Amino acid sequence: MDLFEAVGNTPLLSLSQLTAKTPGINVLAKAEFLNPGGSVKDRAAKSMLLDGLAKGRLKPGQTIIDATSGNTGISLAMMGAFLGCPVVLYLPANASRERKSLIKIHGAEIIETDPLESSDGAYLAVLKEVERNPDQYFFPDQYNNPANALAHYNTTALEIWEQTGGRITHFISAMGTSGTFMGTIRRLKELSPAIKGVAVEPSSPLHGIEGTKHMDSTIKPGLYDAALIDELVRISTAEAYSMAKRLARECGLLTGISSGANVAAALNYSAGLPQGSTAVTILADTGTRYLSESFWGV
Amino acid sequence: MSVTVKIPAALRAYTDGLSDLALEGQTVGQIIDALVERYPDLGPHLKDDDGQLQSFVNVFVGSKNVKNSGGILAAVPDGETLMLVPAIAGGSGDN
Ligand SMILES: Cc1ncc(COP(=O)(O)O)c(C=O)c1O
Repeated sequence: MDLFEAVGNTPLLSLSQLTAKTPGINVLAKAEFLNPGGSVKDRAAKSMLLDGLAKGRLKPGQTIIDATSGNTGISLAMMGAFLGCPVVLYLPANASRERKSLIKIHGAEIIETDPLESSDGAYLAVLKEVERNPDQYFFPDQYNNPANALAHYNTTALEIWEQTGGRITHFISAMGTSGTFMGTIRRLKELSPAIKGVAVEPSSPLHGIEGTKHMDSTIKPGLYDAALIDELVRISTAEAYSMAKRLARECGLLTGISSGANVAAALNYSAGLPQGSTAVTILADTGTRYLSESFWGV
Repeated sequence: MSVTVKIPAALRAYTDGLSDLALEGQTVGQIIDALVERYPDLGPHLKDDDGQLQSFVNVFVGSKNVKNSGGILAAVPDGETLMLVPAIAGGSGDN
């Protein structure tokens, strides 16, 4: 087995410790933090790189460039090292030292952009650089690359379908590029049109839920398709922190802030569902990436 | 004299699209209060239920992050720039 083959096929965990108040309703979480790069973004990165190689757009040894404040950068840096391709990543200067270290350890180069412009600023800076030197780079463009959502259409959705024996009724997930949500729910609805897609968004444009987007105040990803969203649940950063802590202390699951947001949304939302419902959400990345955050209270 | 406050892109919908505001005050807390007084809808985004500055907002006075050194009590000299920067989770942000 090689690094690429180690991506995906993650366990689907039951969150029984948290669902005592809602008997008869299943809340399950896909353990994406167990991917080799520590997050769900391994699936998207692998799919975009393999698609680039297959189409001849990524040539052996060519430089991979993208904008990312976090997990996609770590996945691309890791896979670039594996493929022998240099990686250049643009990120807002306020990205943490731990993030930058994880990227640099794999040998990737970091270009810092204006922190006030957040990830949109990093994205626009990459677009400019790619326009200047189009032949020099492979630009996966994770926000608009169909191969990102297709990773979830072809793998995440089918794994969830099989792991629940076709019993899933609701898929609940936050959105960054929206690849995870859109790809997974599109396939699930094809398998069973009754399955509902519940999207999760930060309740404020200024938030601490790393990796997720407040859609109305930022550039909407090309992958985003409002028609696939049946319901929207808003979660505050405080709720996400508090659930990340509960996952660590009550379930033994050390996951990141967006995982806290996803599980908080799944529990809130599923409390109103009929008996026998099965809600599936995503544990998007590992909590070891957030050790210096003060909300853990240690 | 006043202080220049730099608003992050995510919050400019609440400041009539303005990125730079001139406000009066001698400490970070006074300036943030003046900001929220001018744009009340900003309040809940900057402060938590206890009225504390949200933990994921870093405050720079000039080039220094005062989040953990002074916080809202940190002094802001006349003519200085105060920058509100959303922290990217996954680190101390004081690099
Ligand atoms: C921690 C975390 N959660 C959630 C997401 C959202 O995933 P997607 O980009 O597939 O919408 C990301 C993506 O960057 C992430 O890093």
